[in-house]
Amino acid sequence: MKEMIQLEKREFFHSIRLDASLCKGCINCLKRCPTEAIRIRKGKAAIKKEYCTDCGECIRVCPHHAKKSTFDSLDSMADYEYKIALPPPELYAQFNNLEEKSLVLNALLAFGFDDVYEVAAAAELVSEITRKLIKESHINKLPVISSACPSVIRLIRVKFPNLVENISPVVNPAEMAANAALKRAIIRTRLPREKIGVFYITPCSAKVTDIYSPLGTGKSQIDKAVAISDIYPRLLPLMKDIAANEGKYEFPKEINKAGRIGVSWGAHGGEAGGLLTDNYLAVDGIENVIQALEDLEDSKFHNHKLEFIELNACSGGCVGGVLAVENPYMAKVKLNILRKYLPVSGTRMDEKVPPYAYHDEKIEFQPVFRLGETVEESINLMKKVDELINKFPGLDCGCCGAPTCRAHAEDVARNLTTENECIHRLKKSIYKSSESELTVHES
Amino acid sequence: MNVLELHYDVPGDDFTRAGEASSAIKNKLKQMGISPDVIRNIAIATYEGEINMVIHANGGTIDVFVGADAITMMLKDTGAGIPDTELAMREGYTTAKEEIRSLGFGAGMGLPNMKKYTDEFELKSEVGVGTQVTMKVYLNK
Repeated sequence: MKEMIQLEKREFFHSIRLDASLCKGCINCLKRCPTEAIRIRKGKAAIKKEYCTDCGECIRVCPHHAKKSTFDSLDSMADYEYKIALPPPELYAQFNNLEEKSLVLNALLAFGFDDVYEVAAAAELVSEITRKLIKESHINKLPVISSACPSVIRLIRVKFPNLVENISPVVNPAEMAANAALKRAIIRTRLPREKIGVFYITPCSAKVTDIYSPLGTGKSQIDKAVAISDIYPRLLPLMKDIAANEGKYEFPKEINKAGRIGVSWGAHGGEAGGLLTDNYLAVDGIENVIQALEDLEDSKFHNHKLEFIELNACSGGCVGGVLAVENPYMAKVKLNILRKYLPVSGTRMDEKVPPYAYHDEKIEFQPVFRLGETVEESINLMKKVDELINKFPGLDCGCCGAPTCRAHAEDVARNLTTENECIHRLKKSIYKSSESELTVHES
Repeated sequence: MNVLELHYDVPGDDFTRAGEASSAIKNKLKQMGISPDVIRNIAIATYEGEINMVIHANGGTIDVFVGADAITMMLKDTGAGIPDTELAMREGYTTAKEEIRSLGFGAGMGLPNMKKYTDEFELKSEVGVGTQVTMKVYLNK
């Protein structure tokens, strides 16, 4: 994976890949991509890098499994002397009848990790810092938009320039967990940084991207992103063994820390719930997220003093990630059951907020959707688009390889494709020529 | 002068669709590479105008002229007109009916905000004929 990344421009690195041998060039992903990042070219679904936010919708809808998310192999554990696992709360929700999350954490140790740091525990710190942030924020700076979903942050960065400043300056729980776990590991082992491997167990493609090409921070402290779907079948037998042979293993108790607030982060509404305010909006599903951001930008929510907005690209929240195994709604039920007898919060900021809790780089708006380099050029191109659009039928059929007639007109105006890629337009011109031939015969 | 013209009809009979035109204008301007601050100001000004058209004048039209150095918005309606334009420009002054106000509109900030968020503002109105608002925002300030 490392070589692959070196080949890519860091800024728009993506974890979503196309297996061209499986792609039929159908329009399923084309029509579902929320940022219109896909074009069918030469019969294959190509992704425009600058537009893609790694939300995973194309992976979800592809009937041929041609779209995939890359992630790191568990074999990469061999590259490190000391290995730390960062399990997110949605991992717990994959297992049936799980009564104690310690069983999952211990299974990770039995699998070969030297330490485990719950992302849910770090999430409680993020909640604590965010509560303080909201309290101290000027009313004009509210609402704070969650920085937890990397896909949403990437969406705001390219589509909502006036909302970039509302993004929370607090790092996401996985990054928080990585920093805290590393600190602990270095004290414990005295090993140099490069001998310690920090492994995040990811539910989705967007988080893989965020590790290799982070926003808001120069470099992620997470070294590898391994998939829930990859580790799940390997944890199952270990969990059964541990449960059946009490006393066979000895596990440290302090790794099982997170309470209700942290565990709730795994599903829709959990993050906002941890802020202990009712003035929040929690939205899940990328289409709903886009609508909410549009409405927020159009000041449609200004009659209500919102303090916080939780946005999850996946329906159901992180349990709905494309690399999860369980049905997201069932997973939420399991999280609810699991958290029932947990303390409200198991982690507390014991001292000053560490500097790593905040972004150290500004997230900047990227105008990737603008038509021209200058306003002048954009005016000319937009005029061309408006002329072209009248030539197309407005069916948005996708046969030309663009998701809508407007997108096709824009591509033609930018000289990326031709008018006659539109099959309806081609048909018309064929009829026209055969008609003129008819007229010739008649006369 | 190279100018892009955009035209929008604002229906007066469907209150739930009020704001659609200004949202469409906003998204068009984003594609033109206009700076976010300017887009925000134009979005607020046209939104206020659009709402006014719907609640006071049974709809109207919005024409936007995008040039390389300025954007002009012309909002026209054939509604009842404003008897006293000076009074109408006063912050908080409103003639909106109670049921409109209960929806959170008609707080008497529409016209003042349109003036506040644009560089040039002109209000022409004749009772029984209609109202025309012309607003201009410069791009290279």
